[in-house]
Amino acid sequence: MLVSLKWLKDYIDLELTAPQLADRLTMAGLEVDEIKTIAHKFSGVVVAKILSVRNHPGADKLSLCDVTDGSQTYSVVCGAKNIKAGDVVPLAKIGAVIPGGYTIKANVLRGEKSDGMLCSEAELEIGDDTSGIMQLPIGLTLGTPLESALNLGDTVLDVSITPNRSDCLSMIGMAREVAALTGKKIKMPVITIKESTEEISSLSSVSIVDADLCPRYSARMIKNVKTGDSPIWMKTRLEAAGLRAINNVVDVTNFVMLEMGQPLHAFDFRFLAEGRIVVRKSKVGEVFVSLDEKSRILPENTLLICDGKKPVAIGGIMGGLNSEVKEDTDTIFLESAYFSPSSIRRSSRHLAMPTDAAFRFERGIDPEGVIRALNRAAQLIAELSGGSICKNHLDEYPHKITAIANIPLRLDRIREMIGTPIANKDVMRILKSIGMTVRQEGHGKYLVTPPTFRVDIEREIDLIEEVVRLYGYDRVPTTLPAVSVTEMAVIPRLDLEERIRQLLIGSGYSEIISYSFTSPASVEYLCLPEADARRNFVVIKNPLTEEQSVMRTTMAYGLLETLKKNINNASFNLKIFEIGRIYQAREAGELPEETNILAGLLTGKTSDDLWGSKVNVDFYDLKGCLENVFYDLKLDDCRYCAEISEQFLHPGQSCGLYVNDTQIGYLGQVHPEVMQKMDIKTTAYLFEINIDILEKQINRRITYREISKFPAVTRDVAFVIPFSMEAKKMLEIVLSQREDLLENVVIFDIYFGKGLNEGVKSLGVRFSYRAIDRTLTDTEINSIHDKIVHNTVRLTGAKIRA
Amino acid sequence: MIADIQQLEKDALAELENARAEDSILAVRTKYLGRKGLLTGLLRNISQVPIDEKPLFGKRCNEVKEILETKIDEALQLQTQGEKEEILAREKIDVTLPGRGIRSGRMHPVIQIRRKICDIFASFGFSVVEGPEVELDYYNFEALNIPKDHPARDMQDTFYIEDNIVLRTHTSPVQVRIMEKVKPPVRILCPGRVYRPDSDVSHTPMFHQIEGLLVDKGVSFADLKGILTAFLKKVFGDDTTLRFRPSFFPFTEPSAEVDIRCVICQGKGCRVCGQSGWLEILGSGMVDPAVFQNVGYDAEVYSGFAFGLGLERIAMLKYGITDIRLLFENDIRFLKQF
Repeated sequence: MLVSLKWLKDYIDLELTAPQLADRLTMAGLEVDEIKTIAHKFSGVVVAKILSVRNHPGADKLSLCDVTDGSQTYSVVCGAKNIKAGDVVPLAKIGAVIPGGYTIKANVLRGEKSDGMLCSEAELEIGDDTSGIMQLPIGLTLGTPLESALNLGDTVLDVSITPNRSDCLSMIGMAREVAALTGKKIKMPVITIKESTEEISSLSSVSIVDADLCPRYSARMIKNVKTGDSPIWMKTRLEAAGLRAINNVVDVTNFVMLEMGQPLHAFDFRFLAEGRIVVRKSKVGEVFVSLDEKSRILPENTLLICDGKKPVAIGGIMGGLNSEVKEDTDTIFLESAYFSPSSIRRSSRHLAMPTDAAFRFERGIDPEGVIRALNRAAQLIAELSGGSICKNHLDEYPHKITAIANIPLRLDRIREMIGTPIANKDVMRILKSIGMTVRQEGHGKYLVTPPTFRVDIEREIDLIEEVVRLYGYDRVPTTLPAVSVTEMAVIPRLDLEERIRQLLIGSGYSEIISYSFTSPASVEYLCLPEADARRNFVVIKNPLTEEQSVMRTTMAYGLLETLKKNINNASFNLKIFEIGRIYQAREAGELPEETNILAGLLTGKTSDDLWGSKVNVDFYDLKGCLENVFYDLKLDDCRYCAEISEQFLHPGQSCGLYVNDTQIGYLGQVHPEVMQKMDIKTTAYLFEINIDILEKQINRRITYREISKFPAVTRDVAFVIPFSMEAKKMLEIVLSQREDLLENVVIFDIYFGKGLNEGVKSLGVRFSYRAIDRTLTDTEINSIHDKIVHNTVRLTGAKIRA
Repeated sequence: MIADIQQLEKDALAELENARAEDSILAVRTKYLGRKGLLTGLLRNISQVPIDEKPLFGKRCNEVKEILETKIDEALQLQTQGEKEEILAREKIDVTLPGRGIRSGRMHPVIQIRRKICDIFASFGFSVVEGPEVELDYYNFEALNIPKDHPARDMQDTFYIEDNIVLRTHTSPVQVRIMEKVKPPVRILCPGRVYRPDSDVSHTPMFHQIEGLLVDKGVSFADLKGILTAFLKKVFGDDTTLRFRPSFFPFTEPSAEVDIRCVICQGKGCRVCGQSGWLEILGSGMVDPAVFQNVGYDAEVYSGFAFGLGLERIAMLKYGITDIRLLFENDIRFLKQF
């Protein structure tokens, strides 16, 4: 809401400066976003009178004028046609500066001297009119600077009005609020209606078919109007409020809406078939062309204002092109109504027509202000366009709009809610300052009736809010709650996430946050099979872009997109991870399944420095990082299963990730084809882990095991096995023999190539033996070791390499 | 004969003086002190020394021997020291070359802020809770006193999945879900992603909020001021000036916006605070009785307050980030700065 201070002063004496007022309003819940200054954009322009006009001897299109500023006469050459002797006009004297930075100089035009320039509205940027020289009111004192003669310049507050305060969507509403804050009295405009003898009911009628959507419809008629431009004062007010002036009838309806908060509409009566109004809901498929010249198919049950035959307005939203006020309009049918807020809101949203009228109706207007605004507008139209107002007004009011009355309010309750007592007299003063009727009902109890324009006040808590708002939030003390001791509930998964976050950051991975929505094409890039559940998206009905139109079902795609962006920025070494959710659609009407995921990506060199390591990362860098996480989490039983993988991973360098025989995710190199499809020219490794499943596998119990004081003895064996045989398999076979004294088995060497046959590799295995209670003898170790090696060879077909 | 010893001592010391390398020092030792050395030779000839000179001669010989031994040891010592130093000098490296190995990664700035805020409220006894991001219209709006066709819905543009399923526009629905399950006292904090269709330098369609709720007997607006004042001073520093001003949220009444004195211009007015000198930090208010009614709490018995704040905004203010979208572009050059 743009609040012109000049306009505001019509209704209240204002002694505060604009910043002071802005601060008071802000601290009362009417936040001032901006203080704007409207300044005139010219200097040296004065009020002047034309003494004579004659033709320019050397140019048909120009005329020569003698003009006076009251003390001196000037000869001015002028190109406009709309001037005659006696006109009062703006004169830009020599040295004047007009908008655009032009300085007026003495000039000779086709041999005739010109000592200045007569200006149009547009040239001075006072209005849009370019058709001729601006005509000023006759009574102005000649020689007065134009800005003071026209009272130009203003300060405008941009106030953001919260949805509950519909009463402040008007100048008078703002004045009421300022009155409550400053203790000043408000001056309401005096409405005087001069009616003709012609009865409105003899010319027109209103019938309301759907009274639930339109509880009240009133109208007046003004005959013999002459439409034309509004006076400057009206134009400047409308412009200060952010509206464009149109003509002296439409401007009045807008002016009164801004002044009183009641939207109005003026019809050209000659276009109302049968001269009557019918208020009804739209039927299926009804089409309507509104003032914005757009044709729309109306949703069923939109409230329509119709004449005897056809719709002429969408009730409370916008008038129709078919009944628009025009240059030759003679008779005005002026509407002032109360429409059901929720119906207006529904229609304005469906039609995407968030008009100023709809904005006010849907928030709730003062049901008792309908007639006042009607009369005010009728008076102004008659004054500005010279029409005569018909006798009486129509007022169809089938449903009395009930105002809330006698809301109980307790002084104790105020103290409890606020945390500090507010005195009886303060409560009374505050409530009365905003127009509440307060009846004391025993000690510390009141019955409060709000004024009809305060449609937001219905309950005790609403009154308490008003009291504390005007009492001042800054006067409420700060205390700490005396709360009961409660047990803190903990979500173990969050601790796990935090631990993992620390481990990954320690391993050089940086955390990213990607949008939860993604492109439906993500699953195509990842080549997911047709039946893959990840194709089952949660779809956003009103996305901002196609790329953000579905909720992600995997984090892989987002990581790859991040990779691509970074490579485009020449960041080739990436270690990144994200902790977030993926979303899997369920049945219609059901909320989707949301799963917590940890995902990460690795690419580039193992180290950022260029002079040292020049090695590219590989599968084992990523795996090592995850192993470190599992080691920290004390997850001993982790399996990397090459048989289970993902379509978008390299078939030879990827695996499913198992903890305690439960799959928790995957890791591996991104399939070269996927990289090619996404146009990413590098090799990257990624993983995804389901944190919800991982969390269930964690056993936080730690039991100490005794440490042996005796030395360990190691034996190394090189097994030659088929190339395809996994190391894990070898170790499993060794460990399956369950030898107590075998403390540890590790792989210390892999070799293939020269000296070995094709298709085999040599796996160097170090066996480590130790007893808890004694030093093992060679004989003892040899007998166990030989047995294990023998069995391993027997079970795997391995050969021992000399 | 005594004179011979004097001469020998003089010669030996002079030679030792000139011996630089280990070899030549050892050669001096062999020449004088060795089994066939000159001093040894002199001593061997002691029989030819007149009897009365013998004691002195022997004494002098031993003295010279001791002196030479000491001097030779010293020379050797010095020599080894020199060589060691030479080796160390050869091993000198350029310590200004960058170190090798893993640089730690960075925590996302929004997560850093989230952790800080959660820690502060944990110290006030608030537990962290969670709720779905794809949410029923009922929890996101209706239970929070925002009926369908109510203008308050304009305050939050909404992504729709179905007519009654939305991407949550705030973390407030979690309040309702928790209160439905738990009886008071309630002291919860709910961080999470929220969604609104908006995208420019100060809006992204996804962002993060933290919601807090405290419900108990006798909780007042003064308590709300107390907790939030303590909280904001912990985040922005003890000398932070703040103000509470009336506002409107459908699910709280009275409602308050909390502003801090602009951290950029200290209240003088700048671009960041829109010349007002104040920065909006969070929204808050006393839980509206209508919300209590929806979850079956007796508003005559219990009262409470709720608050919510955007994490991106705090991160932007703390780190001087001017475009919110940077937070989700995941440019590693950006992320490494935090």
